[in-house]
Amino acid sequence: MMDRIIFGDNQFFAVNHISDEKSRAQSIRFKDDSAIIQTLDLAIDNGVDTFMCTTHDRIENICDHIRRNPKRYEDFKMYPCMPYAHKYANAVTEMGYAGTLKHFVPGNFMGSLFKGGMAFLSKDYLSIMELLVDSEMKMFKGIQTPVIFLQNVITDLLLGLGMVDILAAFHVYVKKKYNAEAGFITMNLPKLLTALESRGIENPIICASINKAGFRMSGGIGAYEKALRTRKVRVMAMQVLAGGAIPPREAIEYVCNLPNIESILFGASSAGNIKQTVSLINEHSMQYEMH
Amino acid sequence: MVKVALIGAGKMGISHLAILGAHPNVEVVGVSDTSKMVLDVFGKYSSFPCFTNYEEMIKVTKPDAVFVAVPTKYHATMVRKVLESGKHVFAEKPFCLTSEEGKELAGLAKEKKLVNQVGYHNKFIGTFKEVKRILDMNALGKVVHFTGESYGPVVIREKAETWRSNPEEGGGCLMDYASHVIDLINYLLGTITSVKGAMLESIYSKNVEDAVFCMLELSTEVTGILSVNWSDETYRKMSTSITILGKKGKIICDANELKVYFKSHDCPEGYTKGWNIRNVTDLTDSVDFYLRGEEYSAQIDHFINAVQNQTPSPINDFYSAWQTDHAISLIKKNSIL
Repeated sequence: MMDRIIFGDNQFFAVNHISDEKSRAQSIRFKDDSAIIQTLDLAIDNGVDTFMCTTHDRIENICDHIRRNPKRYEDFKMYPCMPYAHKYANAVTEMGYAGTLKHFVPGNFMGSLFKGGMAFLSKDYLSIMELLVDSEMKMFKGIQTPVIFLQNVITDLLLGLGMVDILAAFHVYVKKKYNAEAGFITMNLPKLLTALESRGIENPIICASINKAGFRMSGGIGAYEKALRTRKVRVMAMQVLAGGAIPPREAIEYVCNLPNIESILFGASSAGNIKQTVSLINEHSMQYEMH
Repeated sequence: MVKVALIGAGKMGISHLAILGAHPNVEVVGVSDTSKMVLDVFGKYSSFPCFTNYEEMIKVTKPDAVFVAVPTKYHATMVRKVLESGKHVFAEKPFCLTSEEGKELAGLAKEKKLVNQVGYHNKFIGTFKEVKRILDMNALGKVVHFTGESYGPVVIREKAETWRSNPEEGGGCLMDYASHVIDLINYLLGTITSVKGAMLESIYSKNVEDAVFCMLELSTEVTGILSVNWSDETYRKMSTSITILGKKGKIICDANELKVYFKSHDCPEGYTKGWNIRNVTDLTDSVDFYLRGEEYSAQIDHFINAVQNQTPSPINDFYSAWQTDHAISLIKKNSIL
């Protein structure tokens, strides 16, 4: 089981889907790693023990801090979300596909593949995927990472291209290598679930926007609610406030009353907001369990 | 079902392809690219038929419409060939390297009555659509001045040269980045007719400009400022915004947030005197498949609908993209005066 409440990292890295001004304010507020750690500690003190984070360069420093204080973070878990897409997108712009692979895939693997323009085998592409996962996972060494997520931009790209075998290979690899479960972030939950089921992946972990406003629920809120009611899936709900469009109490009541929502992901910067959100989720989760 | 083929599976091409692949009314009949590795991956993991030669692809697969997502320098030749073969065309931005080429293609598409669209996706973003609606009902009164801006972290240090750093190939901040803002200004406020004080500044690049600053005069006699810089790493990703000052109020808008100030109670329904804040969350229509932003799916839906109805739409048509190319050429000319 994933924890009921998961703390997210958007606020730390100026990811704000609502306002560029807020995004800059966050960038200023979390300039120093100590500010991130302080906020993480606030979440932990409110009983939130799982931190879901992008494989952003700065997370490495947070990981160092956690490794240095094993007692404080004894029960602490991280759910890495990979890749940090901007890093690769910028590299593709700068170096092209081949150059990017050469740059990020560790060792001589790419060098030997590109030499002589030999034909690529399917196995080679999946090995490249595995090496990229390894390079993103390096920073988490020694930290509990029971679920490893693929970012929505990659999940949904592969989904749209029909390259579902690569999603399935990711699922197999993180189990084999990291004894972790694969999670998939998506903006297209019903479609993704069908695709994963077609490859025999049962009851997958999917992180998706779930909110009363239907924001970023592609295919419509009805299709999402139906999938949650009728199919086997372990969902982590994100964007539950729809960027502030729904008042917190109403927003959390809605997700807590849906079936198959295992976890709720939220991010906040202030002690007050963290406390309020945690207590709202706990309150409504208890009500749901009593139903 | 609309049969679609795509030329050029680079960054934008792959993004279009994923959206097309998931589209309920589209069948992707072919993908062509010159990279062996790209074709190899598609051959192994997707069900799309792959081609190295786009003309052969069109002949063999007989698509209804073709997406052209190759670097701009190839647009003039390829878009012409596709139009001549009688197919509807969606082309990536910027449209053409020279204003003459674009004008000819716009004429050819019109003559052949083919659906033609260019990928200026800002027009499909909820906040900018609302700005258009407010301006069209004249709620801001006479427009006095505007500032169109875009900033982002594309070139943030001296680095290896790519086609983006070749002025002959449509590289540079003016064509690649500023084109979005120019296109938005043309759409919202009036066609750019003259340019003053243009400065194309290199910051890290050797051969192309990293920033564009100039004053613009529009067909509506409104004047304003263009300020674009793709070497600003204080932005996490491209951020485009427009500020419009009118006699009855003011608009500050980016892709996430619309701020409107009205001087009096005489304002559109849903708005009140003073500041009004609206977010993309409540201005955005849901799409069937999401990748990177609703606008990318919405522009493809728009194109596919037009193809199904056999009716070209004026939004983002070749003619409007040519007007953007034309404004780019005015800025270039003015900068060397």
